[in-house]
Parts: sequence; structure tokens; C-alpha cells
Amino acid sequence: MKQNSVAVVGAAETTKMGKIPDVSVIGLHADAALNAMKDAGLNPSDIDGVACAGISPVELAHYLGITPTYADGTSVGGCSFMLHVRHAAAAINEGLCKTVLITHGESGRSRVGAAGWGRAPSSLMGQFEMPFGVTSPPTMFTIPVLRYMKTYGVTEEDLATVAVVQREWAAKNPRSSFKDPISVDDVLNSPMIAWPFRMLMCCLVTDGGGALILTSADRAKDFPNKPVYVLGTGESVETPMVSQMEDFTSSKAFRVSGKKAFDEAGIKHSDVDHLMIYDAFAHLPLYGLEDLGFVKPGEAKDFVRERNTAIGGKLPMNTNGGGLSYMHSGMYGMYALQESVRQMRGIAPAQVEGAKISVCHGVGGMFAASGTVIFSNEK
Amino acid sequence: MARILPEPTPETQHFWDGARNGELLLQRNKATGEAYFPPRPFCPKTGSRDVEVFKASGRATLYSYVINHRPRPDMGTEPHSIAVVQLEEGPRMMTNIVGCPQTPEALVLDMPLEVVFEKVSDTISLPLFQPAKG
Repeated sequence: MKQNSVAVVGAAETTKMGKIPDVSVIGLHADAALNAMKDAGLNPSDIDGVACAGISPVELAHYLGITPTYADGTSVGGCSFMLHVRHAAAAINEGLCKTVLITHGESGRSRVGAAGWGRAPSSLMGQFEMPFGVTSPPTMFTIPVLRYMKTYGVTEEDLATVAVVQREWAAKNPRSSFKDPISVDDVLNSPMIAWPFRMLMCCLVTDGGGALILTSADRAKDFPNKPVYVLGTGESVETPMVSQMEDFTSSKAFRVSGKKAFDEAGIKHSDVDHLMIYDAFAHLPLYGLEDLGFVKPGEAKDFVRERNTAIGGKLPMNTNGGGLSYMHSGMYGMYALQESVRQMRGIAPAQVEGAKISVCHGVGGMFAASGTVIFSNEK
Repeated sequence: MARILPEPTPETQHFWDGARNGELLLQRNKATGEAYFPPRPFCPKTGSRDVEVFKASGRATLYSYVINHRPRPDMGTEPHSIAVVQLEEGPRMMTNIVGCPQTPEALVLDMPLEVVFEKVSDTISLPLFQPAKG
């Protein structure tokens, strides 16, 4: 995409977050969408492009009374929204539409109007993974990690440290699900889920949603809030089966998506002021730091332990508290994007002073897909 | 609760027929000899349809795993391994490690394994792996 040609002009999460038993999935999409439209000073009739995952963009458009000339139903898991941003930028630049609404809503905890989780027993995953007892992400996303730990000497304490540092960020965020400080010992004494993963190394399960509105950078100046420009984007996919990942110590989708985004943005790693790496589990920020090139393979554990990603560190990461402590409805990518936008607007609860460039990196499925968006608040 | 079972498709039927007969069947590109998994009627590296089914040795090493402490209802009540093994022929596959305690101490990465088949229905036998004997 063309650098800085498109901007976020509306951004909001659902009114409530965490446990929302009185709103269904599509209701969460709509609540977030209406909040984002209010943020941008727009009505549904001003939107001519829609994108969402989980539900169909047809459902979204009809529910909100939108008649779009652009619809994107890309659904590759929790990073779908990063891909939606990327596709929306291309669509706006190509003149397919002018103003794109991207929504997420998920009743992950309360399961109101939520679809079931499962794979067709005739799919490759249904034939060659499901019979061995995989249940949900805690037994699949985690499978590569022992190989990663052996290869680079990563310990259970290193995984626990990721969760501890993110809780420190969460404590600064009034909307975080968990704010109380935790220690490495607390993490290592939390209930065993799937060895070597303990409960506090796994993400929350919550209800919530979020929405973004994008338009061309030329129009962006006319909106009530400070525009956040899209500087570069990337995406890739690898495999629907975690057992078939090429390399258990590194995600190919992360590497391809990250490199594409950095190349498009034309920035160096040292230019990055703020970083979001989708953390469904404690190992993901470690893989992300390495696969995006912030550190060399095997160095992420030390980088985190030395507090480079913590409050006051040189690369503040997951400043909302992340999927581990802030919220995680199932497809967390939208919340990572929301935090990047808040940081670029200068309104985040744990604001990184003077931040000008934010990298937001998502994962979909179990290392199945990836999307990266690099934002800037300067054109 | 009945175990969740695979439903073979025309492209994978040979694998499950082989498993029922106690054979681990892989496929390979006839030109390059490279083996691949899961089954499909072409080589994923080159796109060539000139492939053949062959019987694998059944030897593997333990590549990575978790021990699921919250088993799915059809998997019993005790913690059990969900593993990925490195087959001698190159591909990796998901499985369960059986015939040893389901503990980190007993399940050591890179340990040698051999395939065993567990009959779970009239048509399906699952390829599982146990510590190699001898």
C-alpha cells in the first residue's frame, strides 16, 4: 500500500467489557460500530465499506443499515482485523469505497448468540489433529513451545515473566480485567492447564468488541479526532494445523507479514516507539519479538527479563495489559489495534510519551495466519 | 463418551486403510523422493501429481508436546500427552505418546519412538507412538 494514504478516523471498543451477558454477538458488533461512528461524527449512511470476522459482512451491513460498495469477510482468526485494515487501505486507494467500518464482537465468555467451536471431522485438522485430544487453543497453540524452549534454553520462569510484565501494564488501565500485581511464583503456582502452560500464561476469556473507521488521508483532517495514519501493512498465512508448522521455533506467517509491513513503512526497528504483539499465550510475544526482527532468535526471553518491554523500557509492549490481563474475547486483534490507535492519539491510559510510530502485530488461529499494521500520527 | 474420530475423504482413505491394517502409509514425490504429510494427491513442494504411497518405517522421535491436564470428555480423565513426532522419513505428525507415564520426566524431547495402532472403531485405527523398544 501507499504510505500514509489512509487513516483511522474513528475507533472505539464496546461500551462494556469483560462480562456482558445481556448482549449477543451481533449486538456487540453494533455497539462497537455505533461508538466508533460517534467517535468519528458519522452515521451509518456515511459508511460505504464494511469488514468483519466471525459474522458475515452481510449480517453486519444489514443490521446497521449500511449499503456498502465494498465488503470484506476475511476470517483468518484473531488477526483478521489487521488484514481488514490492509485490505481497506487498498480498497480506499483504488476508489472502491471512501469510508470503511471494521468491526469485532464476540461473546467469548457468556456465549450469547455465539457459534460453536469445532472442525469438520473430514477436514485435515479433523482427521489428523482432533483425534488426539486437542480441545481449544490451550492444547494447540502451546504444542510448539517445548521445542522452542529446548532450542533456546527458555524456561518456565521466562514464560511467566511475560505475564508478570503485562500485568504491570494492565494495572494502569482502568478497563483491564485483571489489575492486581502477580509474581513469577504466582504464575508458576497457578493451575496447570497443558504442561508447560499454567493458567496465568493463558489469555482471558471475555466478552467485548471494537470497531475502526478508515478513510483517505486527504479526508482524515476533517474529522473530530486526530487522524492515525497507516504507514505500512503486512499479512500472510501458513497452515491450519499447528502440527504442520515448518519451524516450531518461529512463525513463517509472522516473518513474512512483519517484513512486508516494515518494508512498506520504510522504517527501522529503532524508529518504533510502541509495540503490540497479540498475546493469546505467554510465548507469543517472544516469538513475535524475534520474528519481527526486534531481537535475534532466542534473545526475546532476555529482552523481556531485562524489562525492555516494561514500563519505562525502550520498547513498551502490550501497554493495555494484553490478552493475558486486559481482555480476550477470542479474536483479540481488534483490541491490539485499538490500543495502537489510542497510543497514536495520545489518549492511552498508559500513554507512551511522544510516541510517533506504533507496530501492531496479530496472529490468527494457532500460528495459522498473521497480520501487521504500522501506524503513525505524523504524515 | 465415544472418541472423536476422523472421517476419511477420497484423498486420505489410503492412510486410514493402512492404519487399520497396521501400516503407517506416507506419500512421496516419485521424482524427488521427498515424503510428505498429511495426504494429498500431489507433492506440496512442486505441485507434481506423480506421487506414490509407501509404507513408512514407523520410527520417529519426540519433537514437541503438551500434557493436557483438562482432557476432552472422550479422552478420559487423566492428564495425557498431545505430541508432534518427527518421522524418520521427514514429515511430522500429531499423535499421543503411549506406553509410558504422562510426565515431563518420562517424555523427553528427541527420545526414539515407534508407531503402534489403536483400534477405535471397525474402520478407524489411530497411529500412536510409544518409546522405542531395543
